Amino acid sequence: MKTPEEIFEILKSKFGEEGVTFTGDQAGDPYVTVLPEIFRKVAVYLFKNEDMNFDSLMLLSGVDDANGEKTKDANENEIITGGTLSVYYNLFSLTHRHKLTVRVSVPRETPEVESITDIWRTADWHEREAYDMFGIIFKNHPDLRRILMPYDWDAGYPLRKDYQNPEFYHGMKVPY
Amino acid sequence: MGLLDKEFADSNIVIAKTEDLLNWARLSSLWQLGFGLACCAIEMMATSASNYDFDRFGVIPRPSPRQSDIIIISGTVTLKMALRIKKLYEQMPDPKYIISMGSCANCGGPYWEHGYHVLKGVDRIIPVDVYVPGCPPRPEALLEGLLKLQDKIRNESLTKKA
Amino acid sequence: MAIKTEEMVLNMGPQHPSTHGVLRLELKLSGELITGVTPHIGYLHRCFEKHCEAMTYPQVIPYTDRMDYLASMYNNFGYVTAVEKLMGIEVPERVEYIRIIMGELQRIASHMVAIGTNGLDIGAFTPFLYLFRDREKILSLFEMTCGARLLYNYMWIGGVSHDLHPDFLRLTKEFIDYFRPNITELNNLLSYNKIFVERTANVGVLPADVAINYGMTGPNLRASGINYDLRKDEPYSIYDRFDFNVPVGEGKMGTLGDCWDRYYMRVLEMEESLKIVEQAIAQIPDGDVHSAIPKRIKPPVGSIYHRVENPRGELGYFIVSDGSMNPFRVKVRPPSFVSLELMDELCKGHLVSDVVAILGSIDIVLGEVDR
Repeated sequence: MKTPEEIFEILKSKFGEEGVTFTGDQAGDPYVTVLPEIFRKVAVYLFKNEDMNFDSLMLLSGVDDANGEKTKDANENEIITGGTLSVYYNLFSLTHRHKLTVRVSVPRETPEVESITDIWRTADWHEREAYDMFGIIFKNHPDLRRILMPYDWDAGYPLRKDYQNPEFYHGMKVPY
Repeated sequence: MGLLDKEFADSNIVIAKTEDLLNWARLSSLWQLGFGLACCAIEMMATSASNYDFDRFGVIPRPSPRQSDIIIISGTVTLKMALRIKKLYEQMPDPKYIISMGSCANCGGPYWEHGYHVLKGVDRIIPVDVYVPGCPPRPEALLEGLLKLQDKIRNESLTKKA
Repeated sequence: MAIKTEEMVLNMGPQHPSTHGVLRLELKLSGELITGVTPHIGYLHRCFEKHCEAMTYPQVIPYTDRMDYLASMYNNFGYVTAVEKLMGIEVPERVEYIRIIMGELQRIASHMVAIGTNGLDIGAFTPFLYLFRDREKILSLFEMTCGARLLYNYMWIGGVSHDLHPDFLRLTKEFIDYFRPNITELNNLLSYNKIFVERTANVGVLPADVAINYGMTGPNLRASGINYDLRKDEPYSIYDRFDFNVPVGEGKMGTLGDCWDRYYMRVLEMEESLKIVEQAIAQIPDGDVHSAIPKRIKPPVGSIYHRVENPRGELGYFIVSDGSMNPFRVKVRPPSFVSLELMDELCKGHLVSDVVAILGSIDIVLGEVDR
């Protein structure tokens, strides 16, 4: 059983200093930030290597960092340009009983991450939900479409911080 | 029932208005469509189970909308589901009645302010007869809603529109 | 001469007597055999995560009740312990014991509904009515404590909302003595009933490695032979003080990991929960339940993932805080969402009537799947 610091040292020695960084000084769990370009290689290594053996993906969540520039548009609504969207992966190993949190950050205008559906089959629906709520595109996903909102919802991605409600949907009034 | 046991004291011929007879027949056996959306559906199931029996009022669940008189909208109505509810309502034959159970079906409930996918009240798409408040309403509250609906049916008239 | 055949698409729509809520299953059939199942969800999406960003931390607790409405005490438990871990709050002993008693009683009530509706879908009406009669006794215990039957808002950050009623412990002891023989009666009625066994044994077999890769947890994973329970392996609260067993599937009536195993796990878990409640009633100390509730709830900057053992599996809360009074992001990992992905794998090669048996044995609640 390894601590997150030990796992980070092993990853740093294998993938280099620029690829992986460690954040451990905040309250709660520490996490490892990985660059989007090498993310898939890191995921395959964490799954297949005997000492790591992370055989179960507990959770995959999208987060809107809201660290861009905030401006107001014509109707006095706030819009954010620039900044990043992040995806957090919580991994767990049933054989060794250790945990790890991995974070990948992508730019807000072109959010693209590699899909890991063929490694952990449970990521299928979690990635569809991250696409539905934030608009993050997962490359090579078998079937990327909306899962919770209606299939013809065209008013944006609801959980972004600058989302605005439409007035009508199929003739029904949406706001109170 | 008041109509029958007083009349059958000496002879077995009963004279009543057609309106009263038809209304009495309708309110004594309202068959409901088996339709539960969210948490209020569990209280509806508890009302039909052994402690607060629904069957003694003549209400039994039917699986198909073509064979039911009453639909109890129990739970939150979302925009995705609203189109299907309208279709179910149009498939039920006349005379049909609607009970809206719980805060979410009455007016949007706790999700009224920031719910982008919640329809704020089912009366935006179908006409409602009785509203039962609560989150979730107790089984006794649902039974009172049913009794109020029976009162409403008792006063219906064949000639005048309500 | 060969007959020309085509695949047929049959819709088990959002309104159906045995889909346990608003779920749409699209079945691809070749005759009566199933070649593929596609679930469509989202009919009960109530924007829980957007509400969390607009409310303060204590105001989120009633919204967590309404996600898995059959086990609301446990939803509260998971959220409250996650925030307490982030803030570093220690709760008094009496509060820990009260939380465990309420959580285990809620587990028994939730399994009663799961078993009752499983039997009802297969065609057995009597166990459903008997179990609902017994469930009313548990609900009246909850009503005596906090005033509500189904959605409680009982566990607060740092404590609970009301202390126990003076008669609560005596009435709980009476309930335990009343309910134990009823489990034997349930076994005679349903578990070893020949028709029920024929319909559920060797149906929907789930191998262990497929279950782990798909992220399955809870009684469904234990029925496939893997001994993993969060209450024993990563104890949260004070579960390490109690003595109880973890039931693991053995393939008694058919193959290991079939529908009968998943159903029988829940019956055995009800017995184990009764043991835990008995021990907790005997050991509970006195104290003040409101002493550790802070005046202002403002966690430090950071993020945490905390998980508890819901009656349906592993319920996880991922909370990101930016130092203000409202959470920045709350993401929930619902166990039913993960179990529902497996419908395609489990139903291939079975008949249409087996879909109902398999769906009943996985035990899903749509409020949790759609949030």
